[in-house]
Amino acid sequence: MDVEAMGREAQKYVWEGAIPLQIHLHESEVTTLPHPSPALVLAPRMGYLPLLLPLLKPHFSSTLPPGVDTIWFEYKGLPLKWHIPTGVLFDLLCAEQERPWNLTVHFRGYPGNILTPCEGEDSVKWSFINSLKEAAYIVNGNCKNVMNMSQSDQVELWHSVLNGNMETYQRVSSKLKLEKVGDQYVGKPNSNLLKSRTNTGETDTGGPVKTDKCFTLRDAVKALLPELFVEKTLIDEEIPRIELEEESRAPSDDESNTRNEEDVEEKQGENVECCCPSDDAETKLKLVRIQGIEPKLEIPFSWVVNNLMNPEHFLHICVFVKVPQAKPLPHDR
Amino acid sequence: MITLVNLTPMQPLVGCSLSLQVARWPWIYHLGMEPSHQVTSALLLMLSLRNGKGSTLFSLHGHGYLGQNHHGRGLFVTREHVHSQEDHDEKSHKGNEEPNCLGKDEYIDNATLSYRQDVRYFDFHIVYSASYRVPVLYFRTYSSDGQPLLLEDIEKELPGNSTNVLMESKWTFITQEEHPYLNRPWYKLHPCGTSEWMKLLFLTDPSLGGSQGVPVELYLSSWISMVGQAVGLKVPLEMFNKRKE
Repeated sequence: MDVEAMGREAQKYVWEGAIPLQIHLHESEVTTLPHPSPALVLAPRMGYLPLLLPLLKPHFSSTLPPGVDTIWFEYKGLPLKWHIPTGVLFDLLCAEQERPWNLTVHFRGYPGNILTPCEGEDSVKWSFINSLKEAAYIVNGNCKNVMNMSQSDQVELWHSVLNGNMETYQRVSSKLKLEKVGDQYVGKPNSNLLKSRTNTGETDTGGPVKTDKCFTLRDAVKALLPELFVEKTLIDEEIPRIELEEESRAPSDDESNTRNEEDVEEKQGENVECCCPSDDAETKLKLVRIQGIEPKLEIPFSWVVNNLMNPEHFLHICVFVKVPQAKPLPHDR
Repeated sequence: MITLVNLTPMQPLVGCSLSLQVARWPWIYHLGMEPSHQVTSALLLMLSLRNGKGSTLFSLHGHGYLGQNHHGRGLFVTREHVHSQEDHDEKSHKGNEEPNCLGKDEYIDNATLSYRQDVRYFDFHIVYSASYRVPVLYFRTYSSDGQPLLLEDIEKELPGNSTNVLMESKWTFITQEEHPYLNRPWYKLHPCGTSEWMKLLFLTDPSLGGSQGVPVELYLSSWISMVGQAVGLKVPLEMFNKRKE
């Protein structure tokens, strides 16, 4: 099978991927006895949790207290960000890949100080289009192609995501002319692949500028999270203690988003861990997970981007790092 | 410290606008982050302004944002308050049996009363967007008891011309998104049009820029005068006069 065909097959797997969820209604919202059984749902990886409302509401409606529905989800006490695709949430939060994934659903008491408001499908659609615009801006320097989409195209594109319809999605999105990432090579003189200083780090290794070394997934992760790969960190001596937000859990994980383009940017996920100097820097990186897969780091990054990205043209990379164990302090007495 | 703008009025203002005064926006480090990318460094160089002693550029390690949290500043009296005070007066005159301690001739200090009642606090942060490569204004607003305010309420509060700016311009609109560092919902002025209108702004003035591009202070002060309009911030002229020094 040639590389192209393998790519298409990978895309198909990704689009058809789903997470089995076991969804429990939060006990504060249970008004009848016996407790309702949890809902069992297969949630598309490429989808978003609030879109499951039509499936969940009938299951729990008889027991809900009166009021307006404002659906939100939590995992082990962590309110889940609804604008992150379901598959990414699972890859990021569930190191052990629990199946089914046990979530708690709420229909009341939306935590407006933690989560941005979500008013149903429209909010999710807006967030999706907005992300697509951002990707387009990075690729083309403007988001005209997305803004100028016809109404019917926009609707069709969104529905293809809603329904997990890859063929429709690819047909409509091709009109946007967001180019696929070409093969990137390290050391290409006019490559504006990475505007970070790791670019010079890469070319340090060879004398002549042009090499045939392909830009791999490992190179990408290195560019985004150089501190996982260097011997000493460049952080000040007084590393302040990070206040992990209430959403703290172990192991620490980090999420980076990359665009399918030359430019590489880093976005932090919910947990940011302080990077302490480590003697064996390479092993700080425990795991890289994309679309539920742990790809070999030697895979050319362009292939990863083109075949594993989400419909909003973002590639979500979940990274697990080793956390230094906290040492208990001796008591003063 | 970066000298930019401050939102501290010297006393509570009556009316719905804030005046900016030239002071300081401290650079808030996002603690413990990895070393800066070149992108961030570029921004930091960009943002380090000349102080009075000559140009001092400094490079910082880490990500961060420019922030101005209210801490008792940025007081802002709403129009509503004035009405409610009037309403109160009317009610008290309409056959209210209760003794009215405020005689007709007594001067009512609106500013004092408003401080206790309808005061709106604003926090403004400027964060650099690596995707759009422009600064982005994030803000949140809440009343004196810490209750966050809704966008509709904010829009009601804004002076008339700023709502026009918001509505007429396809380039400025307010969305509610996660603050990139604080991971909480904040309002932001969407950045997708920023570089467009900044370009227009500089193109129309031949005295600016040229081949070397625009000096940072000028970019940022122009930027904030534009975005400020959308959220009811006024930029004092002194800020622009300073650049001629």
